Amino acid sequence: MARPLPPGVSQRDFSEALTQFAAAVGKEWVFSSDDDVDLYRDAYSPFWNEAEERIPSAAVAPDRVEQVQQIVRIAGKYRIPLWTISTGKNLGYGGSAPNITGSVVLDLKRMNRILEVNEKNHYALVEPGVSYFDLYRHIQEKGLKLWIDPPDPGWGSLIGNALERGGGYTPMRDHFDAHCGMEIVLASGEVVRTGMGALANARTWQQYKYGFGPYLDGIFSQSNFGIVTKMGFWLYPQPEAYFSGTVMVPKHDDIHALVDTLALLLNAGVVQGTTSVLNTASFGPPDPELARIRVGSSTSDLERYMAQKGLGYWTVDLPFYGPAKVIAAQWEHAKEKFSTIPGVQFRDGASYRFPLSQAELEKIPNPVPLGIPSLTTFAIGGPFSQGHMWFSPIIPMTGDAVIEATRVFEQVYKDLGNPTGALPGLPIWSFFARAFVIIYFFPIEHDVEKNRRNREIFKRLVKVAADHGWGEYRTHTAFMDDIASVYSYNNRALWRLHETIKDALDPNGILAPGKNGVWPRRLRRTNA
Amino acid sequence: MKLTLPLTIVLVSMTLPVFAQDSTSAGAPAVYEKWCTPCHGGGEGKPGTISAAALYKGAKPAVLAERTDLTTDGIKTAVRKGMFIMPRFRKTEVTDADLQTIVVYLTRRR
Repeated sequence: MARPLPPGVSQRDFSEALTQFAAAVGKEWVFSSDDDVDLYRDAYSPFWNEAEERIPSAAVAPDRVEQVQQIVRIAGKYRIPLWTISTGKNLGYGGSAPNITGSVVLDLKRMNRILEVNEKNHYALVEPGVSYFDLYRHIQEKGLKLWIDPPDPGWGSLIGNALERGGGYTPMRDHFDAHCGMEIVLASGEVVRTGMGALANARTWQQYKYGFGPYLDGIFSQSNFGIVTKMGFWLYPQPEAYFSGTVMVPKHDDIHALVDTLALLLNAGVVQGTTSVLNTASFGPPDPELARIRVGSSTSDLERYMAQKGLGYWTVDLPFYGPAKVIAAQWEHAKEKFSTIPGVQFRDGASYRFPLSQAELEKIPNPVPLGIPSLTTFAIGGPFSQGHMWFSPIIPMTGDAVIEATRVFEQVYKDLGNPTGALPGLPIWSFFARAFVIIYFFPIEHDVEKNRRNREIFKRLVKVAADHGWGEYRTHTAFMDDIASVYSYNNRALWRLHETIKDALDPNGILAPGKNGVWPRRLRRTNA
Repeated sequence: MKLTLPLTIVLVSMTLPVFAQDSTSAGAPAVYEKWCTPCHGGGEGKPGTISAAALYKGAKPAVLAERTDLTTDGIKTAVRKGMFIMPRFRKTEVTDADLQTIVVYLTRRR
C-alpha cells in the first residue's frame, strides 16, 4: 500500500525530516520502506483489512536521550506527529501502531539500558526499552535478592506499562505507584527530571518520590505531554515464601460478605497481592449438566449443584508473600474473618519457598504472580487465536457492584444479539487498591464483520458503563476518544484542563496527538 | 498449610540462577532464548508450543527447537509477518542479523 504522509505535511518536508532523523540516529535506524514500516502495524488491530486501520508513515529509533531531543526538535520544525513506544508490546491496547495515520513511530526499544539496580534500597533505574524479561534476567545473573512485578505480558516495558498504569500481582502490583523519579524530554527538546532528580547532584532520585514543589509525574502517564526516557522503580525484596489460600462460599448472596471481608483484608494489608473473585460455575472443565442448569434453572438450583460438587458459588484465591510464619498467621486471620459466612470452605493452594529451582519453575503453569515474567497469557484465546483487545472498567469493591456490573454488561451482549451473553462471570480483579477491575476479553479476528460487531459491542459497553458511573482505566487506541468523552463531569473540565496543559507544553501538537483523547489545538476541531 | 520443601532442593536452588522457564533449548543462541523460548520452549504455559501441539497433533514436535522441517523463508515470514497470536517483530527487536542467527539455529537439523 502507499505509505501515508503525516497529516498536513508535504512530501518534501516529510522527506527532509527523514533525512534529518537519519543524521541524528543513523540511517539504518530510520525506517520508511513498506516492509519495515509494516512491522509497526497493530498485530491485533480491530480494523484488520479495513481502511480505518491506523498506519504509520515511518519509524525512527534513537539510542540515547540526546537523539530523542534532536528528533522532537526536527518533528516540531515540520509538525510531524510522533507516536512513542517503549517496547511496542502493548498488545491488546494497540501494540506499536499509532493513534492517527501518518504518525512517525518513535521507537525507544534500543534505549534498553539497566542503569542501576540497588539491592539494599530495593530499586532500579531503567530506560524505556528494558523489558520485564530483561530486568528479571539481569537480577538473576547478578544473584540479587530482588523481585520485579511483571504484568501478564513479560516482554512489555517497565516504563511503558507503568506509564499506561498497568498492574501485576505481587505487593508492588500498581506499577505507576511503584515508580520513583522520571526523566522526560519535552516537546521543546528540553530534558526535565522529576522528584529528587531535579537536584543537580541528586542522591535520592529513586528513594523519595516527591522532591520539592508540585508533583508532576502523574501528568506524564497515559498522556502526550512528554517522552519519558528514564524511570525509577521500587522493587520487592525477595520474600521467603508464597502461599495461596482458596475461599469458597456456597450462596449467590454470599458475594456481599465475601467482598466486604476481602476489602477489609486488602485495605488492612493482610492480603497484599492481586486477588480475583470468580463465579465458580464459569470455570473448570466442560460440564453438560452444569451448562443445562445455568441456562434454564434457578440460582438455588445452581447453588445446590455446586454444593454437590464440593465447590462454592463464589471463589476467591488469596495470595500471601513474605516470611513463612507471617504468611501462616495471615491465612489463619483471613480464615477467621471469612468464617462468619455460613458454609464457607477453605483450601490450601500452592506454596513455595524462594529461590525456586529450575525444576520447580518448569512445573509452574503461570509464574507471573511469583515475580517471574512469562508470555502464558497469550494462550488465552485458544491455540488458533489471532489477537485480542480488552474492555477494562473499574467498579466499586462491593458485592452489589459485582452483581450489577455482571448483569448490566451481559445485557449489552444480549441486546446486541449475542444470546450467550458476555464471557459470563469473568474474574473480578483487584489489580489496584480499593476498587475492582473487570477485564473483558474481545477476540480480534481476520474477519471484518466480526471485528465491526465487536467494536459496536465495545462502544456500547463504554456508554452503558458510564451511565452506571463506571469508567475504563485504559483502552485500545481505537477507543480513546470514546472513553475520554464519558469522563465529562462539568462540561469536560478535566479534559479541557488536559488541553490547556497540552497546548502549553506542546504548541506544535507533535507528541502523540489524540492519545487518551487529548488533542492539540491544531487537530482538536476535527477530531475531538 | 504446607510451606516446606526438601532441604536439598532449597540448597541446590540457591546455587543455580533461574533464567528461563525451560531447559529444552539449552545451547540455543542468546537471541533465540530471549525472543523465541518464552513462547516456543518446553514446560508449562508456552503459547506457541500449545498452538503447535493443537495444530500438528503430534505429527511434528510442538517445541520449535526440536523441529527438523523448518525453512529459512518460513522462519523469516513468521518473524516479520506474524502468525496466529504471534505478532510481527520489528528490527529494533530482532535485527536482520539476529534473524539470520535464529534461522541457522532452527535449520541446523535439516
